[in-house]
Amino acid sequence: MEKRYLTCIGCPMGCALTVTLNGKEVVSVEGNTCKRGKVYGEQEVISPVRTVTTTVVVEGGNLPAVSVKTRTDIPKEKIFDCIRVLKKVRVPAPVRTGQTILCDAAGTGVDIIATKTVESR
Amino acid sequence: MENYEIVVIGGGPAGLAAAIAAKQNGMEKVLILERDRELGGILNQCIHNGFGLHTFKEELTGPEYAERFIHLAQQAGVEYRLNTMVMDISPDKKITALNRAEGLLEIQAEAVILAMGCRERSRGALNIPGYRPAGIFSAGTAQRLVNMEGYLPGREVVILGSGDIGLIMARRMTLEGANVKVVAELMPYSGGLKRNIVQCLDDFDIPLKLSHTVIDIKGKERVEGVTLAQVDEKGRPVPGTEEEYSCDTLLLSVGLIPENELSREMGVELNPVTSGPQVNESLETSVDGVFACGNVLHVHDLVDFVSEEAEAAGRHAADYIRKKRKDQTEVKRTEALSEIEQVPLLTGAGVRYTVPSFIRPEQMEDSLKVRFRVGKVYRNCYVNVYFNEEQIIHKKRPYAAPGEMEELTLKKEQLTEFPGLKKITISMEEA
Repeated sequence: MEKRYLTCIGCPMGCALTVTLNGKEVVSVEGNTCKRGKVYGEQEVISPVRTVTTTVVVEGGNLPAVSVKTRTDIPKEKIFDCIRVLKKVRVPAPVRTGQTILCDAAGTGVDIIATKTVESR
Repeated sequence: MENYEIVVIGGGPAGLAAAIAAKQNGMEKVLILERDRELGGILNQCIHNGFGLHTFKEELTGPEYAERFIHLAQQAGVEYRLNTMVMDISPDKKITALNRAEGLLEIQAEAVILAMGCRERSRGALNIPGYRPAGIFSAGTAQRLVNMEGYLPGREVVILGSGDIGLIMARRMTLEGANVKVVAELMPYSGGLKRNIVQCLDDFDIPLKLSHTVIDIKGKERVEGVTLAQVDEKGRPVPGTEEEYSCDTLLLSVGLIPENELSREMGVELNPVTSGPQVNESLETSVDGVFACGNVLHVHDLVDFVSEEAEAAGRHAADYIRKKRKDQTEVKRTEALSEIEQVPLLTGAGVRYTVPSFIRPEQMEDSLKVRFRVGKVYRNCYVNVYFNEEQIIHKKRPYAAPGEMEELTLKKEQLTEFPGLKKITISMEEA
């Protein structure tokens, strides 16, 4: 049986969780003081997800880059794939907040959207 | 000379929320003076998510949070001037400012709201010996370079200080291709949010060394490496624990200081613990009609609470102007803090500071949020509030830490109905 050690992010207490796994099945979550810790521990070992935020180069804008994010969470192991494809993206100004910058980033099925407005130069 | 009812100094989250609230509370002429090229303040460089869960019930990035408030300000008819640096505010609220388009500006305000925010502690404040090579940045400077100017300040990085900006930058530099070797923290606990430790360090296997500091910086032209050492409970390096790290960049995330040069020069009394103004329940400083909110008042962890506090400041500033007009006669407020009955809010055991510092019970709204910080990590503790010597509140908290601002609510009738109230003390009690 595999044991994984995590810090719960549900609240500032940050309980130290020990999740015991049997293959892909969670056997137990220990160290949590509330229900949220159990839920987090299970989710985090089975399918951890993150929102990715970075910047993308803007051409002809009043700023050199625009901040972007994944519209929803993506699997944690796809973070670097996502960053890698976004490094190559060039977007012409103007860019509006919420505008789609890239569809289906790195095969996650999740779009990348702008989080800032950048006007033309 | 131009005339405004309310002039807000600073167009970050605090200034925006204060200005919007002032307009919503009936003010006609409200002006924000902002030194940067755009409104939104530090939020513009905080491209990560996690903002707005309290205010908007959704998770936004910094620029998105800023944009919502900028739109609200524009809709409300708040005026603003960008690239405008305030040089001086006189105690009678005459503001001297400069910008390239108009030159020298003089503006008379009926009330002023201070919302200048804070700045980062620099290397000079730390007394780390060594040369002054290139490659030492405050974490926030690095954040601006990476996220807004399009530069990567280094490839091999050590970070000193585990405040949230340091943690966020550990992830950001890693995503941009840098190798972040270690984050060292002087204290035995991190000042950052748990979520940031997990998602910015653990996710990328970046070690966090608690009770460690940088004792030497190597390199003459450019940083070539740093020496870390463990520290004892008094913060002194322990001989024999030194470790060398080769790196070209050292980021410092070692604390924020409210930016109060303007306040000090106009005679606003400052609290030595927060380095921010001493304020009463209306967030009014010791200078009549001058209010303060956001990080210039005390450093916050969450922008949502900045917005909430600033909204109160905007509302109180509008009330101040309305009352003053109603009275017609100038109330002598230079002695306000001694003249009108006010109760000091004192820090008892374990409490570093409170905001506000004074309460005038008669001036309170129905309830008042008191914000404070504790001096160390507590588990299963109690927050106690005493009116004079009598315990009024005894509230259990499962957890409290210096990095998480605490708050409690006082009701107006609690104070007005307490006979002979002379002082209020907040203290922590270990279970």
